[in-house]
Amino acid sequence: MTVIIGLEIHCQLNTATKLFCGCSTDYRDDGPNTHVCPICLGLPGSLPVTNRQAVIYALRVAKALHCEIPEVSEFARKNYFYPDLAKAYQITQYDKPLALGGYIDIEGEDGREKRVELTRIHMEEDPGRLVHMGSGDRGRYTLVDYNRSGIPLIEIVTEPQLSSPKEARRFLNKLRATLEYLGIYDSEREGSLRVDANISIKGYERVEVKNITSYKGVEKALTFEITRQKGMIRRNARIVRETRHYQEARGVTTSARSKEFEHDYRYFPEPDLALMRVSSWVDEIDLPELPDARRDRFMNQYGISLNHARTLTGDLRLAEFFEEIVGDHPDTAAPWTADILLGELNYRDMPISTVPVQEYRQLLDDVRSGRITDTSAVEILRLILNQVLEGSKPETPQEIIARLGLAKETGESFRDIVATVLAENDAAVADHREGKKGAINFLVGQAMKATRGRADPKEIREIIDDLLRE
Amino acid sequence: MEKTFTFDRPDPCNAFIKICKDISYGDGPLSGIPVAIKDNISTAGIETTCGSKILKGYIPPYDAHVVTLLRSAGAAIVGKTNMDEFGMGTTTESSIFGPTKNPVDPTRAPGGSSGGSAAAVASGLVSMALGTDTGGSVRCPASFCGIVGLKPTYGRVSRYGLIAYANSMEQIGPMAANVRDCALLYSVIAGYDPRDGTSIDQPAPCPVTPVIAGKKIGVPAEYFGEGVDPAVAETVTEAIEKLADLGAEIVPCTMPSMKYALAAYYVTSMSEASSNLGRYDGVRYGTPPEMVYPWHEAYSAIRRSGLGEEVRRRILLGSFALSAGYQGKYYAKAQAARQMVRDDFARLFAEVDILAGPTMPTVAFRLGEAADPLSMYLADILTVPANLAGIPAISVPCGKAHNLPVGLQLMGRHFAEDEILSAALAFEEGSL
Repeated sequence: MTVIIGLEIHCQLNTATKLFCGCSTDYRDDGPNTHVCPICLGLPGSLPVTNRQAVIYALRVAKALHCEIPEVSEFARKNYFYPDLAKAYQITQYDKPLALGGYIDIEGEDGREKRVELTRIHMEEDPGRLVHMGSGDRGRYTLVDYNRSGIPLIEIVTEPQLSSPKEARRFLNKLRATLEYLGIYDSEREGSLRVDANISIKGYERVEVKNITSYKGVEKALTFEITRQKGMIRRNARIVRETRHYQEARGVTTSARSKEFEHDYRYFPEPDLALMRVSSWVDEIDLPELPDARRDRFMNQYGISLNHARTLTGDLRLAEFFEEIVGDHPDTAAPWTADILLGELNYRDMPISTVPVQEYRQLLDDVRSGRITDTSAVEILRLILNQVLEGSKPETPQEIIARLGLAKETGESFRDIVATVLAENDAAVADHREGKKGAINFLVGQAMKATRGRADPKEIREIIDDLLRE
Repeated sequence: MEKTFTFDRPDPCNAFIKICKDISYGDGPLSGIPVAIKDNISTAGIETTCGSKILKGYIPPYDAHVVTLLRSAGAAIVGKTNMDEFGMGTTTESSIFGPTKNPVDPTRAPGGSSGGSAAAVASGLVSMALGTDTGGSVRCPASFCGIVGLKPTYGRVSRYGLIAYANSMEQIGPMAANVRDCALLYSVIAGYDPRDGTSIDQPAPCPVTPVIAGKKIGVPAEYFGEGVDPAVAETVTEAIEKLADLGAEIVPCTMPSMKYALAAYYVTSMSEASSNLGRYDGVRYGTPPEMVYPWHEAYSAIRRSGLGEEVRRRILLGSFALSAGYQGKYYAKAQAARQMVRDDFARLFAEVDILAGPTMPTVAFRLGEAADPLSMYLADILTVPANLAGIPAISVPCGKAHNLPVGLQLMGRHFAEDEILSAALAFEEGSL
């Protein structure tokens, strides 16, 4: 059963002001309805004026994603009633979008490069936000916060060319990285990327899943929906063309049967705004180095592997962090950063920006000089990250090494510890003498544990052989 | 220097919805001149209702751009004038505040939808007023009340703060007892405003001079066709002869697109209105809804009780014209017809400087006479073409028929307000 996925991605542009008025977009730390004016509140008589910066930001994306910019594009009204929609219509684009076509190259399911084509990119305004209050049937009520009303969005629509949740995730990772590199998007703003997905099994009806509000939820939502559809096909149940909502908390999609969601949007050209003729602006846009170019440069300049280069350039801040700490030693910096540091950060859900650069750089120096073992280095890294997470000033690697006695020592100083380990593990010693494979690894492991990782396992092995020979 | 104007005259025609008694004003070209403002133009701190129940209690927190301009010109804003609800009418009878009477004959309607502004000027309560013209709403009451009213070129006057009925066609326009006052008010409100995305940055209007000699004036046969009261046609024909006496060259012409104009206008205006008026749900301002679950029941209830019959009719018709499966038949066709009107005007204005004809096909209706909506719509046939094409048009009194005022309509090229104002002034002075 072939899976077909198309995505619609809404991305908030990080302009200083809203799409059609002068209100600040930086509302997240402020009270409700504090970043509003007659325009974004839709007061009678107010008129929209298009934010030039938002158009330039959207064009930057269009250029980076290889889109065609039609000579004329147009805003349109999408009419529907909802309490978060102050004007009862959303200003968006309909049949004359800002950009057409374009593509993003990702690593496909088979490991080879895959080109995912885009249908279009258009601009629109975000609606406000509803906050549901109270509990029980009688006590429930809803408040409206219009701070978000009028925040500029771009909607990027892909062709139905993704074939798995994993590809969808890779596509979104690549898109997100590109948007960040372009400096038009801030991934740390909550709700700044939202995804709707069209999912079908080849030969069957397609289902639209809305309301995937975190980009991490996409893979889960898609996996759930594909499993559901495949299950229905196996049971010979009919898949109906419908809109479903993703329930983030439960990880499931549910049918949106309510009349509320059956709309005839009655699109028509926005009479309050003139046609946009911005195709010539594209020539004046200088693009920065984008993820693919940076990945190739990392491989050439630092001689690191494709996988490491891809990982390290897959996030703008990570790429910048890497270039800050790499120095003359990409051979240690790349695996440590891409494999170990990133794993530890993900485990703690910490952003790269929280890593103390001086301390991390010192740690890599200590690894490289042989002052500490890899095992100790990981322990030190974890301590430092935990300290950051707790909000305390992190210790330097030197301080931790001194405090915990983690400096790598020569094998001879571990001879007594190894002797004790051997004495406590008669059975394993006997197995080893009988030539059973694996016994020696167990003994080395036990000895490493006893030295708390300060020793070099190779040396421990030599001491064991030496002691058993006696 | 701040001065205070006291306005305490009776308003027997019900021209005003709201009268401001003591008004402070400053210096400027309109210093101390009382000006009335139609109630669909936002005035900070003064209730603005569009004559609708649903906006009762709505006090705008901001001034429309034209109000800012009036204040800085020193005008004394004496109040808000009555109008057909949301501008949707030709009689000023559909206001929640009751009908306005025509000062010329109190048994007659003043026309609409800017009937309150026209009545305020015609009864001498103010010397000038602002109206708005979406399909003739300045020119019709000007014609019926015997005053001067100008609909400027689309984009000439900022719509910022004008509560929208049909955005793509409407303009705020000056109304006054004579052409010079109309031109003076126009000169204050005209100009580019970056807050209106459809405002056009064009040089300011020239001073108005009573010149008409040598101008070519086209007279479309359709403006004297079916539905035009012969007595009105006769009065206007005499007025056009007067223009010839004053040195203008009269050029008979035709405007074939006229037969589509009314349908194009109503489909377009109702479509836009159905979208514009969606925001009146009681959540943010105006009459609040009852707390009902679910939310869309509350919306339906407040809109059913807060919006009048004609407004609801236009919202429903407009929603239909835009809906899937019908948009191609109605809205899209209307836009094609609108283009034909534009093309006709472009063709005619390559040959003539001004087009002339009656403003309205009849004289003022009797109050309560306009029961059937379709016959009311037909009364707009001569005014809507200018709105569809975005050209300026003025109505200037040109005599009487059935002992009631008749308006001569002069239409000009885009941004040629000075030309039609000058022609109107020449006519006005020439007929003294």
